[in-house]
Amino acid sequence: MMNIIKKQSDDRLTIALEGRLDISTAPDLEQVVVGSLAGVADLVFDLEKLSYISSAGLRVLLLAQKKMNKQGSMKVIHVNEIIMEVFVNMGFSDIMTIEQEQI
Amino acid sequence: MAEESVLRIPARLEGMDLILSFVSFLLDSHGCSPQARTQLRMAVEELYVNVTLYAYPSGDGWAEIRGCVEDGIATFKLIDGGTPFNPLEKDDPDIMLSGEERGIGGLGIFMVKTMVDEVEYEYRDGCNQLTLRKQL
Repeated sequence: MMNIIKKQSDDRLTIALEGRLDISTAPDLEQVVVGSLAGVADLVFDLEKLSYISSAGLRVLLLAQKKMNKQGSMKVIHVNEIIMEVFVNMGFSDIMTIEQEQI
Repeated sequence: MAEESVLRIPARLEGMDLILSFVSFLLDSHGCSPQARTQLRMAVEELYVNVTLYAYPSGDGWAEIRGCVEDGIATFKLIDGGTPFNPLEKDDPDIMLSGEERGIGGLGIFMVKTMVDEVEYEYRDGCNQLTLRKQL
């Protein structure tokens, strides 16, 4: 299960994810990424309430990064320790702007 | 030789919770650290997803997980009777490429490799058999 909460103000879109981003929920996020980025210059993924990410989820974040490279910037914020370790091991921390959870 | 636990179910995505419960149950009874437990669950999840999506292109099939913990090392085997396929033959994605140049597939098996100490593939008795080992 995952909730996707979108907040838009002007050309800034924040997508907050709650739950698990895995093989079952990644297609929902992919739809949002494919369908909601027109005119967005500043994309923020808020992962504060995301407990888990699998490779299917990583793939969608990479897709979003590729889209935003062409039209603006992207940031991933409030990343918990488990997910941060995945980002580091997979090399995502080298190609994405990632901010860890405030402790 | 430590006793091996076995679970065999239809190879469908709906079985994921059973597979992951099996992993947790076995690890929890051996005082595994939360971090090693999470990493093993992530690795098994990736492999099981692959079985449900790709092992049986023409219909239903089964998947089996075997696990044991001995001398502080957890071993899990994921077995299916589907199309022979060695996911380890795929090259690792080049993580130094920029987001623009990098392909967006092939992440799952790479994730497995980063989560455990050893991954091995064997095709034996008509079955795909992937073995994961990790020090707890």
